[in-house]
Parts: sequence; structure tokens; C-alpha cells
Amino acid sequence: MTTAFIGKPVSRIDGRQKVTGGATYAAEFVAPGAAHAAIVRSTAASGRIASIDSASAERAQGVIAVLTHRNAPRLPYREHKGIPDPVIGERLHVLQDDRVNHQGQPIALVVAETLEQAQHAATLVHATYDQDAAATDINQVEPVLPTQEKTDQGEAQSPETRRGDPEGALAAAELKIDHGYVIPREHHNPLEMHATIAAWDGDRLTLWDKTQFVHNVADEIAAVFGIPAENIRVISPFVGGAFGSGLRTWPHVTLAAIGARVAKRPVKLMLSRREMYYSVGYRPHTVQRVALGASRDGRLAAILHDAHQETSTYEEFSESILDASRFLYSCPNVYTRHRIAHMNVNTPTYMRAPGVASGNFALESALDELAVALDMDPVELRLRNEPDRDEFSNLPFSSRSTRECYRVAAERFGWSRRSPEPRSMRDGRSLVGWGMATAHYPMHYAPASAKARLLPDGTAEVTSAASDMGPGTWTSMTQVAAEALGLPLDRVKFTLGDTRMPRTPPHGGSMTMASVGSAVQAACRKAREDALARSGASEIGDAMHRLGQPVEASADVKPGDETQRFSMHSFGAVFVEVAVDPDLGETRVRRMVGAYGAGRIVNPKLTRSQCIGGMIGGIGMALMEHSVVDARNGRVTNANLAEYPVPVHADAPPVMDVLFVEEHDPHVNPLGVKGVGEIALVGVAPAITNAIYHATGRRIRELPVTPDKLI
Amino acid sequence: MHPFSLERPRDLAGAFASGAQAGRNDAPIEFIAGGTDMVQLLQEHVRRPDRLVSLSGLLDATIELSPEGLRIGAAATMADTAAHPAVLEGFPVIAEALLASASPQVRNQATIGGNLLQRTRCPYFRDVGYAACNKRAPGSGCSALGGETRWNAVLGTSQSCIAAHASDLAVALVALDPVVELRSASGQRTVPLAEFHRLPGETPHIETVLEPGEVVAGILVPASPIARRSHYLKVRDRASFEFALVSAAVGLDLEDGIIRDAHVALGGVGTKPWRVPEVEAALSGAALEEAALRQAAALATQGAEPRGGNAFKIELMQRAIVRAIQTAGARA
Ligand SMILES: Cc1cc2nc3c(=O)[nH]c(=O)nc-3n(C[C@H](O)[C@H](O)[C@H](O)COP(=O)(O)OP(=O)(O)OC[C@H]3O[C@@H](n4cnc5c(N)ncnc54)[C@H](O)[C@@H]3O)c2cc1C
Ligand code: SF4
Repeated sequence: MTTAFIGKPVSRIDGRQKVTGGATYAAEFVAPGAAHAAIVRSTAASGRIASIDSASAERAQGVIAVLTHRNAPRLPYREHKGIPDPVIGERLHVLQDDRVNHQGQPIALVVAETLEQAQHAATLVHATYDQDAAATDINQVEPVLPTQEKTDQGEAQSPETRRGDPEGALAAAELKIDHGYVIPREHHNPLEMHATIAAWDGDRLTLWDKTQFVHNVADEIAAVFGIPAENIRVISPFVGGAFGSGLRTWPHVTLAAIGARVAKRPVKLMLSRREMYYSVGYRPHTVQRVALGASRDGRLAAILHDAHQETSTYEEFSESILDASRFLYSCPNVYTRHRIAHMNVNTPTYMRAPGVASGNFALESALDELAVALDMDPVELRLRNEPDRDEFSNLPFSSRSTRECYRVAAERFGWSRRSPEPRSMRDGRSLVGWGMATAHYPMHYAPASAKARLLPDGTAEVTSAASDMGPGTWTSMTQVAAEALGLPLDRVKFTLGDTRMPRTPPHGGSMTMASVGSAVQAACRKAREDALARSGASEIGDAMHRLGQPVEASADVKPGDETQRFSMHSFGAVFVEVAVDPDLGETRVRRMVGAYGAGRIVNPKLTRSQCIGGMIGGIGMALMEHSVVDARNGRVTNANLAEYPVPVHADAPPVMDVLFVEEHDPHVNPLGVKGVGEIALVGVAPAITNAIYHATGRRIRELPVTPDKLI
Repeated sequence: MHPFSLERPRDLAGAFASGAQAGRNDAPIEFIAGGTDMVQLLQEHVRRPDRLVSLSGLLDATIELSPEGLRIGAAATMADTAAHPAVLEGFPVIAEALLASASPQVRNQATIGGNLLQRTRCPYFRDVGYAACNKRAPGSGCSALGGETRWNAVLGTSQSCIAAHASDLAVALVALDPVVELRSASGQRTVPLAEFHRLPGETPHIETVLEPGEVVAGILVPASPIARRSHYLKVRDRASFEFALVSAAVGLDLEDGIIRDAHVALGGVGTKPWRVPEVEAALSGAALEEAALRQAAALATQGAEPRGGNAFKIELMQRAIVRAIQTAGARA
């Protein structure tokens, strides 16, 4: 019997549980005696609470407590910055003072016997505000360079970089492209709403929470309440999508814990869909300018890329928008600058392929414009500027399969049959367009731990405090563990999502397989070797039988100096076909092919699903997603899933191909995995807008491309 | 949710006696049918009635074709109506409008009566974070004016309200000149659908001609060549499960490629389901040629008032009319 499971298309082991309702999500846990909480939120964007009247809410049926800044417990809010928190600034403190920084900021918490009672009483709390002029329109705010400060987490990447003489080279270039690109605010909109159940037992706290990072929840709430993190247990076995919204520990978690402390019983708090638009971050509205200079033979002479994005007044959220321009292509003269615009908004956060997807949209659009100006095939243009090494870090790539990705994706797509002239391909009334773009995402590998326990009956329990927001962590870790232990899959029970388990990095940045997978592999190998050595047996089942007692091993993995020696990224290429109705302006994606060089693929079935999800997410970004902010007051006008469209089944193209290019990268991490969670969304939006240009001859530089932009 | 009592009258007389009234946001007692819109409004605190009176089981759900035309009982579901052979055969615009609405789950639950009475999608109406909304809170002002108007109307607007009517079905129906059967304690009356919904004027909170204690019992649609050669076109950001940016319902009576008579209605652009008689008059006698259609469609914009974010609808609705006529005209 083989126990080689890595690389096998194993079906989701939690699939049946999920589709039959057997998987328990945060709000579904039963905490006996739980009361329910509802949040009252500000309807002003900036100012002070002048008055807040909670008398009638307090008298309402079933109400246990109404907490405002006037009567809520003062909390120590000790300093704490987890990996997902902005380095500069201070998180929002809830119910501690009368200051209002953004629309939808929590200003009161109602705890009641039932959910309906809490929600009703929340409508009875009336606040008035002394409003300040609020910064709610990014076009009216002067962007600034982010603060450069050395912190515990090291120096933030420099916001301004220069190599060569970009301005001079641009001025002297034979061909120039110089345009602005805009990404609107986009919300993660996972299916499952964020929810927390908090239960105190003396000074010990249990939190059932929707999170991508259980240990960070414990650390943050410990700091907020001034108690040791060991006193807090966070449980989060299933996450119904998150896309980054569950990386940070947001104020509602604190509110649930405050409510439970005051009510002296467990409290359940679930956000409404509308609240999700003011509470758990979003991809920031980003304004960019890209200028390219090139020679007539298609060699890049200069890249100038200037970007700024919104952030809140109290935290400097910055994301790496400029990666692509700094390293993706060979170019001797590059200038990049990243700035932030402080606004009266809740702090944005990481959303699938944070920063990279935004910056890649601008650069890959500009390259397409350059290809048109040169009358050159866009794939050929990219090949001509393929670098030998990362010219930004001046390091060799640990592996880079862009050429192979272009080749296999173009071949599968049938790219050679493209007629380059815009509006030259039709199907009935529809204009057909073909476009492509390069995808890339940095490989992240972070310290992680796991524990393996072999039992005398020849089964094993493997744990790590990881998360599974959908990619299939439950399944892929079981595969890695079973293979390392030499056991069949059904003899290995992997569990995750509990702070009592060994610590992991956040479930984000496409680093779970690399980091947690490497830790699981190491712990399992150790346990197996130990059991074999101690028993003298040559087969693991036999060994455990002989030993008659459990064998346990833990492992911690962490990166070495590889980041100093290599530039490490996943790469890919996306090709799409769109059909545009020239009269009605509707664009539908008809075919997509994505090819990825992402190191080792532990489970091709799950990875394909994950890529398809990312590609469809990219359709949303390109064609429909847009949080429409009313600039008069900063409220999100379409804060619901009817007017904030995300792709539905009918938007997914009938033909979606995902190809993995064979890659063996010994440098990245022990498992040789680079991750695909983010890269699958990167490149999709520019491939689509490039295809729209090819179909219509119209270049749309502001997302999303809704019908009104094309008529 | 505002606390309310749910009443389930045993018969229609009980429902009439309750005095419940749909289509008015200030009515303290309101009916509920499938609940697909009402529950959203309750959860978002947009509607705060003290009493909800369920129509479940009280109204007839039959769909029948008789010499007078098609009668759809108010309790028929969107799904059953869309799948009915008589509808598919003689009134394709109705089936198409329904199948382009909501999702299968919603259509299984939602009723035809409730569909005609669903409330606007104006985002300011549905967000109680805005105090000002004349439709939600009479006399409070209109937050949509000067705001994000992408979802709002350009036709039939007033200084008090620019909310678009949301129903696709109502647009399809209004093109076919049906009458609405209303019943109350004082008996039955019929009202042409075109007169059932009211323009906002200065009282946008009063949306229909319904009186307290009056229900929609059914809708009667005359059969005609127009109904038979009809089509519904819906333009939106995504391929399914979204309200209309702009829609067009058309019915044609054709002879030898010449339009003898045309009915045209628009959605997404009007404060009520919007018929365009000027366009219809211009189409009469026209050939199915792009230039002629385009010229006629231009008349739809008479009186249209764009407001920033919805200005694109002026051009888009003309194109939608042209395309819908072309599609209907190409039908056998
Ligand atoms: C997710 C979603 C998507 C949707 N998308 C679309 C779409 O694309 N296009 C579209 O047209 N619609 C759409 N809708 C709206 C949907 O069609 C309506 O919600 C539905 O038709 C309402 O019917 P109901 O029976 O559920 O009515 P309810 O929600 O029960 O009632 C709605 C109103 O009608 C009144 N009422 C109901 N029946 C009667 C009666 N017989 N007499 C008097 N008053 C009555 C009620 O008092 C209430 O005011 C969507 C709805 C949802 C939830
Ligand atoms: S347009 Fe009508 S519904 Fe919308 S805010 Fe104004 S008054 Fe209210």
C-alpha cells in the first residue's frame, strides 16, 4: 500500500461535513445561557458624540445592558501589534471616549436576552454629534509618504525607490505611455458574516471566533483587557470565506468580550451584512500613475509608478502596490513612490493579493498599451523584457517559470489565432476580445509549529493552530502528515483552529501550505523516526503495536537566510476571452486559462479549485465590484449584496483551465511549496481590461468596467 | 426588528378587517405574503409596523387562460408563473422578466402580488443611517438628491423623490395593458396597472392606489398578438441575480416586416413601471430598421432628468429599446 499522498487529487475530507451542515462555524457554537449583542454605529464620519440617549433602550424588553463610552469598562489597551496590524498608528479603541473617526464606528453595545431584543433596543439608542469636516473623498486629500519608523517588526519597505535615471530615460525614450489607473474600494464579502461568542470564567476567556489567526486574537484581546494571553482560548475550526477580513482582530471581538464581562454570561455577537462594510477592512481605493518609456524594439527604458491609497486617520495601512514595477521586468531606470491618504474611514486591510493585484493592474494595463503602440504581440513584449534576476533586490530568482507559463497558457488558449486589430473578432453582435497579463505573488514562509501523536492502535493525531478559510487546509495537511508518517489517510486525524494547538503564522499571504505544511511534515517525520527507533520495527503500524504507548513529537520550522540569497515568487500567466455587447455595454468573460509556476502542488484538485475561485474573484474586480462611497458623508451606499455585485455562477466562464507548470524549488521551504491563494486573482483584471480593449478599441483605466463605461 | 405581532386571519374578511395597507411606509399595519422583501425591510428597520397580517393561504394562486386573457392569482409564485405553459406560449415577456428576476430560491417563495408591491432599491431608502428619505419618513427630505444616483430613476422624478421602481415583472406587465383586481370589505374593483402605481410627486411615501384593508387579488392580462410577440431585455453589471440598471419590455404586432402596433415599457429608469407612448406612436408603421428604431427610441427621453451618476441611463434606455424590438421582431 502506498502512502505517497503529496501531489494526489484527494477530495476534501471536510466536504461532506460542510455540505450537510455538520461543520460548526463561529456563530453556531452553543454557549449555554448566552445573551445576544447588537452594535449601535455612528452615522457621522468625524467629530464627537455630543449626546447619547440610551434610556429607552435600557427600558426595552429583555435588555441586560446598554454600554456607551460613558459607562463601558475602561480597558488598558496595552500596546500590541500582530503581524497583520499596521506598523504605524493605534487601533481603534471601542467605547472608551466620545471621538468618532469614521462612519459606522461602534458607539454603543446592547446586550439582551434574544437577538431580536438586542437589535430592536439598538435602534432606540439616539446619538447626536458635533461634527468636524470629514475627509471622505480621496481626490480631496493630499497624499503623504508613510511614516518611516523602525519597529519590532523591522523597517517597513521604503515607499520611494529609484534606480538609474528614470525621468531622463523617459524623456529620451522612443515611445512613451503615461496614464492614470484607479481601483475603487472593494470589500471582501465572504459568505459567512464575522461573529464572536465570548464566555468568561473568572479571568479566563473563551472566544469562538471567525478568524484566520487564532493566536493573534488571543494576543490582541489579552492586550486590550490587560490579561495574559494564556488565559484566553480561541476556537475557530471552520471559516466561511474571509479573503483577508479575518486576519486582524477587529473591534467587534473586543465588544463581545466587554458584553460578556458586563452581562456576566456568554455573549454572542454577529455582524450584519451592512456592518461588514464598516468593520472588517477592505481593499483600499487606489490611485496610480504609470509611465513607461521604451525603445522601438520593445525594450523597457523607464518605468515610473506612483501610487496612493486610502487609509484611516488613526492607522497607516500600506500595501505593496509597487512590487510589479520594481522587479517583474528588466528595466534599468525605475522610479516608484507609494503614498497614503488619511481619511475618515475605518482602516483598510489585506484583501486577496493585497497591493499586488492593484499595482499589477496598472502595470499590466500599461504594458498592453505599450504593445499596442509598438504593434507587438503582448506576450512577445513581455518576453523581450524578461529579467535574468530580480533587478530590485539584485538577487537571483529561486525559480521563475514565466516563459513556461506564457507558453503553455498561450498554447491551450490558442493565442496564435488572435488577430491583433481591435474590433476585428466578432460573434454575432458581440465584439470578441482576447487579452493576457502576467501574474506574480511573493512566496511567504514564516515560523510555524505542529505536533504529531502516534497512538498504539496505529492511528495518529496531528495538530497545528492553522486555519482553513476554504483552500482545504484540513485535507492538504492530512495528506502531508499521512505521507510523512507512512500511514493511510484515514488513520490520520488532523485538527486545526485552536490556540491550545501549536502556533502558526496568519492564514494569509499564501503561506499556510509552505509554513504549516513544513511544520506538519517535520513533526510527523520526527514522530515516525522516534517510533521506529524505539520499537526496532520497520513498519509504523507494527512499531506502535509493539510500543503499546503513544509517541509524540513537536516541530518548529522557520525560514533561514534564503530571503537574503534568493528572490522568491510564484509566477503565472492569465489569458481571457471576453464578449462585449457594443450597444448595451455588457461584458461577459467566455474563457480563461491560467498557468502557474507555484512550486510543488500538494493537492492538484484543491489547488485547481482555489485557482478557479481566485480567477472568478478577478472577474468581480474587473467587471463589477465597487464599494460606492457617498463623498458627502463617507457612508458606503451599496452596503449589501444586491447592489454590491460579486460574480455569480452565470458570470463564471464555461471554459476555465488551470495549468500548473512543473517546478522543483529546493530553496523556498522544506516542502518546496510557493502557494497559490493570492496569485490566482493577480493578473485577471488587467487580462480582462486588455481583452476589452482588443474587443472594442476602448481602454478603461478605472475599475470596475460596468456597462455605463462602455456605452 | 421593531416588535410586531404576526396575525394569520382565517379568511379574507379577517384580512380586510385588519385595515392593513401595502405601499405606504407610514402604515402601522401591513400585509405580508412571501416575505422576501418584507423581511429584509424589517431586519434593516426600514419598515416598523406594529402588526403584520399574513395573506398566506387566503388568496388564490391559480394561473388560467380564458377568452378574456390570462389571469394570475396574486398568490401565484414567481416560479410557477414563469413556468406556466400559457404564459410561455402567449406572454413570453412575462416569463422572461420573471426568469431574469432574483434567484430560483426567491422565485419559489415570492408572490406576484408581493412583486408588484416590492419597495424601491434606492440605497438611501434602505439605509436607516440616513435620516432623510421622504419615502421612508414623510417630510424628512431626500438623501438621494446630490448623492450616488446610479440606482435611481430619470423619468417621473420629483424634487421629493427619484427612486426607481424595482420590479421587472411590473414593467413587462404594464406593456400589456392589464388590470389589477383589488378586493376589500366593500367588494372588488379593477384598476389598470398603469394607474395602480403613483408618481412620487410630493407624497412619495404613498406608492399605490391601495386603500387600508385592500388587497391585490389578481391580475388580468388581455391576450393579443402584441403579447405573443413580446420580449424582455434586462441590462445589468452581472449576468444574473441583480436588479435592472435599465430594462425594456416590448410587444410587437408585425405585418410583412412593418410594425403595425408596438407597446414599449422601461424599467430601472422610471419612478413607476414606465410606458413610452411617444415611442410607440413613432414605431407604428415603421420598418424594423435600426435608424427608424433609434429615432423612435429617442422619444423615450422626453422629460428625462439625469442626475450625475444615473445620466448614462438616458443613452442606455434608448439602446435597450432598439435591441428589444429587434429581438422581438426576429421572433417567428
Ligand atoms: C435576493 C433578492 C433578489 C431580488 N431580485 C429581484 C429582481 O431582480 N427583480 C425583481 O423584480 N424583483 C427582485 N426581487 C424582489 C422580489 O421579486 C420581491 O421581493 C417579491 O416578489 C415580493 O413578493 P413576496 O410575496 O415575498 O412579498 P412580501 O415581501 O411578503 O411583500 C411585499 C409587499 O407586498 C405587500 N403585499 C404582498 N402581497 C400583497 C397582496 N396580495 N395584496 C396587497 N399587498 C400585498 C406586502 O404588504 C409588502 O408591502 C428580489 C428579492 C430578493 C430577496
Ligand atoms: S429618492 Fe426617494 S426613496 Fe430615495 S432617498 Fe429620496 S425620497 Fe427616499
